[in-house]
Amino acid sequence: MTLRRVAALWLAGAAVLVLNGCATTSGTRGDPLEGVNRAVFSFNETFDRALLKPVATGYEAVLPEFVRNSIENFFSNFNDAWSAVNQLLQAKPAAALEMGLRFGVNTVFGFGGFVDVAGAGIERRQEDFGQTLGRWGMPPGPYLVLPILGPSTLRDTAGLVLDIQAVPEAFLDQRPERWALGTLHVISVRAGLLSATRALDEIALDKYSLVRDGYLARRRRLVYDGNPPDEPETPDNDTTEDSPPK
Amino acid sequence: MFRRIMLGLALCAAQIGVMAEVAPEAFVQQLSTEVIDAVKADKAIQAGDVGRIRSLVDTKIVPNVNLQRMVVKSVGPQWRSASPEQQKRLTEEFKTYLINTYAGALTQVKDQNVKLRPMRTGTNPNEVVVGTDVVGKGEPIQLDYRLEKAGDAWKIFDFNVLGLWATDSFRNQFSRDLSAGGIDALIERLSEKNKTNAGNKS
Repeated sequence: MTLRRVAALWLAGAAVLVLNGCATTSGTRGDPLEGVNRAVFSFNETFDRALLKPVATGYEAVLPEFVRNSIENFFSNFNDAWSAVNQLLQAKPAAALEMGLRFGVNTVFGFGGFVDVAGAGIERRQEDFGQTLGRWGMPPGPYLVLPILGPSTLRDTAGLVLDIQAVPEAFLDQRPERWALGTLHVISVRAGLLSATRALDEIALDKYSLVRDGYLARRRRLVYDGNPPDEPETPDNDTTEDSPPK
Repeated sequence: MFRRIMLGLALCAAQIGVMAEVAPEAFVQQLSTEVIDAVKADKAIQAGDVGRIRSLVDTKIVPNVNLQRMVVKSVGPQWRSASPEQQKRLTEEFKTYLINTYAGALTQVKDQNVKLRPMRTGTNPNEVVVGTDVVGKGEPIQLDYRLEKAGDAWKIFDFNVLGLWATDSFRNQFSRDLSAGGIDALIERLSEKNKTNAGNKS
């Protein structure tokens, strides 16, 4: 089966699911596509259980901690440069300068970013293009679960199109090297999340809604640099169900 | 005469000192420091002994939580349609679930410290939000508390991790079971989850 046919099938399946989703559930606030999102989410969970998590677990078991840390530092350092660009785009020159400095210091004195010399001395503030769009007033739009990539929103997905051009593997010309570095990147990120996802699995009653609520809340905070405007507290004896669709 | 006035003033000041209520920030700072220090000092907890973490949460944190208010907030409107027996069982299971949730978060504590963020004053002096940052390796983790006045002390009735309020998250997670099978389905689900977690030793 060619890739194109797979994609076509996937889209057709997605369309059916969207229609089903609309017919059965109206979705929660901020999540009108809950039906299809849940389907992609469970696909991602299966994929993770079958492939990603075992590989990341093996990676963690085989490589010594300082090697894993160095690899993680290398990718984070690249990301720092992209954060600096985004801070500039968000008209935050001081923060941009700081992150630019962080990138410079670690690249020069940290052997190309493998050692995080700057450490906690220059605090890391991660910014991506989705946050930049948010900063200029673009609302997050509906919540989306992307295949393999996981939780996102319409705005963050748009941002992702640029974000994935700014990872180190995107700068390699040769295909095999690109795939190798990209694979390492994914495994490194997943390995870094192992203990967090273990804790998540233990506490989640409905993992889908926990991940969604957590993602949306966190993104909102990031867009407002940690100080989002207060949201009204849900009253204790709230009798209103989710407001009916208008 | 002058000395007597001074003495009187001093006594008065001492009296005020004793009477003064604990400030909400001081309460949060003290509780956080106590818990984190206990985690750091305990070798068994460091080694991942979940049972030990749970008993730490049970003894240190739970007494400072208004459990009743949290469970009502998390369950939502259906709470009132539950029988007293159901409410009792639900509260029990919820308590265990909450302890496990908090303990799960504490397993992630390594070399962190807690810093208070400047508090914003609300309209109600008896209910405040205290914000903290858990600072360690990597990005600081935001951890906020909603506190209510309980006599001279404060009680936690909600907490917020990285922007998400616990009761909001619980409510959304509970709503699936509540709409599918009502209160009993939720009790069943929580009890299942608690049993699975009790089996996990690390």
